[in-house]
Amino acid sequence: MYRYDSYDQSIVDARVEEFRDQVQRRLTGALTEDQFKPLRLMNGLYLQLHAYMLRVAIPYGTLSGKQMRKLGEIAAKYDKGYGHFTTRQNLQYNWIKLADAPDILAELATVEMHAIQTSGNCIRNISSDQYAGVSADEVADPRPWAELLRQWSSFHPEFTYLPRKFKICVIASDDDRAAMKLHDIGLKLVSKDGVIGAEVYAGGGMGRTPMVAPQIRDFVPEEEIVSYLEACLRVYNRYGRRDNKYKARIKILVHEIGVEEYKRQVEEEFAHMRELGLNPPTEELDRIRAFFAAPAYETGLSEAIDRADPAFALWVDRQVAAHKAPGYAIVNISLKPLTGIPGDASAEQIELVATLAEQYSLDELRVTHAQNLVLPHVRKADLYAIWQKLDEAGLAEANLDLITDIIACPGLDYCALANARSIPLAQKIAQRFADAERQTELGELKLKISGCINACGHHHAGHIGILGVDRKGVENFQLLLGGSGAEDASLGQITGPGFSEDGVVDAIEKVTDIYLAERTDGERFLDTYRRIGMKPFKEAIYG
Amino acid sequence: MKILTGNDLVSGDVIWWAGDGWSRQVGDSVDVGDHGEDLARTEEAALRVVGAYVIDATVTDEGVRPAHIKDRIRALGPTVRPDLNLKPNDADAGNWVI
Amino acid sequence: MVEFLSFRDGEATQEPAVTVESFTGQSNSTAVRIEAGEDARELLPYLDRLSLVEVNFPAYGDGRGYSAARILRESGYQGELRAVGDVLVDQINAMRRCGFDSFHPAKPLDDAAVERALNRYADVYQKTIDGRQPVWAKRHPEKIDG
Repeated sequence: MYRYDSYDQSIVDARVEEFRDQVQRRLTGALTEDQFKPLRLMNGLYLQLHAYMLRVAIPYGTLSGKQMRKLGEIAAKYDKGYGHFTTRQNLQYNWIKLADAPDILAELATVEMHAIQTSGNCIRNISSDQYAGVSADEVADPRPWAELLRQWSSFHPEFTYLPRKFKICVIASDDDRAAMKLHDIGLKLVSKDGVIGAEVYAGGGMGRTPMVAPQIRDFVPEEEIVSYLEACLRVYNRYGRRDNKYKARIKILVHEIGVEEYKRQVEEEFAHMRELGLNPPTEELDRIRAFFAAPAYETGLSEAIDRADPAFALWVDRQVAAHKAPGYAIVNISLKPLTGIPGDASAEQIELVATLAEQYSLDELRVTHAQNLVLPHVRKADLYAIWQKLDEAGLAEANLDLITDIIACPGLDYCALANARSIPLAQKIAQRFADAERQTELGELKLKISGCINACGHHHAGHIGILGVDRKGVENFQLLLGGSGAEDASLGQITGPGFSEDGVVDAIEKVTDIYLAERTDGERFLDTYRRIGMKPFKEAIYG
Repeated sequence: MKILTGNDLVSGDVIWWAGDGWSRQVGDSVDVGDHGEDLARTEEAALRVVGAYVIDATVTDEGVRPAHIKDRIRALGPTVRPDLNLKPNDADAGNWVI
Repeated sequence: MVEFLSFRDGEATQEPAVTVESFTGQSNSTAVRIEAGEDARELLPYLDRLSLVEVNFPAYGDGRGYSAARILRESGYQGELRAVGDVLVDQINAMRRCGFDSFHPAKPLDDAAVERALNRYADVYQKTIDGRQPVWAKRHPEKIDG
């Protein structure tokens, strides 16, 4: 894992003091709310439905045990004993006092964490693959690049007041576990003639105008990635729309001028940028890369897993993924208990996972965009002990990528922008499909719920997506089918008129019935939908 | 009736204008008539509230009820965490917001 | 409170700035004002005779002026580069990094706050034209000229 040096630490420490100064100016009235708002947002502090909310960055979703423990301590000390893991691999606290915010940031800084640029019209936290460094199919670990970009984007003087927020994702596998093509810029590491570089995709995103990002370059050599991104961002900063915030994301620029014209402008700017010496030397990427070198895995470990306990065996089959090192496994921890809140974890659960990471996972864990957690380096021999501890803490749900592994935004229970509640609906769906056999029979089925058109719950990318809307003051839910955030990215289509909360649960059941009746061998829900189209589903729902 | 709500500047708590000051309970809200906007400006300038805004509400048997679901959820707390909402002992509290 | 800030040696340019359109259409002016959305590159053929470029920020959140400033400096412009309009104290540091060397904000700034803002960060992550060594250069001094 990356460790701060004195430069990184001094920058984060300076940020804490800057924010302390800004909060002080606000509390004494030297700053009005209008003046303070952009400053607090640049540090992830929102005024939400019930209170201030603080979003903490978890760069590329990687944490140490100590960092995780600190997140739990803060939840217990400053919040109401829990936190919420988000679809951008971050953590949100829902009940923060303004006066406490600087102290919280100071505590985070002691474990090399921050809330820098977790909101605002700037480059946000860089997201990545939760299996980075441990999956066998990657070209390279994408996280050194993500860290390089974290540093490059932090307080970038030219790109802090962009037309709109800007999200970058870096992956390095053909399997896209991070929704790369639904980012403002997505980078996929590839190897060309033995040289590592990136395919670049630009103009993806969800929100009210969802788009899958087209490729704008098939290769940028690794030593030029910074200057290439400077070119992409400069073109966007200069020409992205600023007259309408709903049309200000880069996807609208790319769409309006056309991908070829955007590419042309970027290439022209890149030709200029690459002469300016903006790229860190390769030694810097090498320095960062050294932090992500594969840990010293034990050799000669047993591959055996004792499956005598059926509940454990079920969990292993669902939650455990293949690791590149013999004798090791990747453990997915579900934050989707059937009656729980997707992505929420109590201070005690956070503390437990921190301990498990330290004891069993070489002091490392990950956060996924699907709001789950990952222990990336677990000896197969330890799986049973881990499962027992997770089970005691209510964290042993076996539903990864199944219909109850629901992504849901906080919705109207917490969010000032929402039009409808996402969480109670997620709970109703989870209860309807609670039967383990039934879920397994349905197979991979990614269900994603957003409480408003901003799409934090990724509903466009759900095999089944749900969008909450406000219909004359009453919550109403639109149903979408056929979306995907993976390597086969696609956008879901709306089935037709919306439903009440109970109505949409019934509709989903009808949709799954059609799938079960129509599927051929080995087809996932998404495959069947793509083969047979919307019509049979629509007929079943609205018949 | 028109009532005035916002968040306490320092704690962020949802608060309601109760005539002589702010309350955490929506039931304490008073009709602000046409004075809501002025009151909001004065109270914001005095650093007692942030994001103050006027909403429609009615008086029912159960007390003051904001017209919009969003404000009813603000008044109650998250419906999915009855332990944290303002009527923790009322199992039916969640239905009040609908 | 301070109404005008300059980091240049000598006096600030007093000549009133003209619009880009009238500047490129006539030859005797040496001061020009770029509005947000105007292309700073239109000025590149005339950098030698310019002594002042004003870049207007119609709202603090409109960041196009940062790109305009960097483009001019990257192209070798040496004259005064002045940020005007909705320029706030918390933005001065980033503006300095993009090449602005004078400021005429719509609302006066607090001197002490300016001082704090400019000295807050001892280190920076990016190379710009402000001459500051980015952190990556300090980490690898053997690789960096000078």
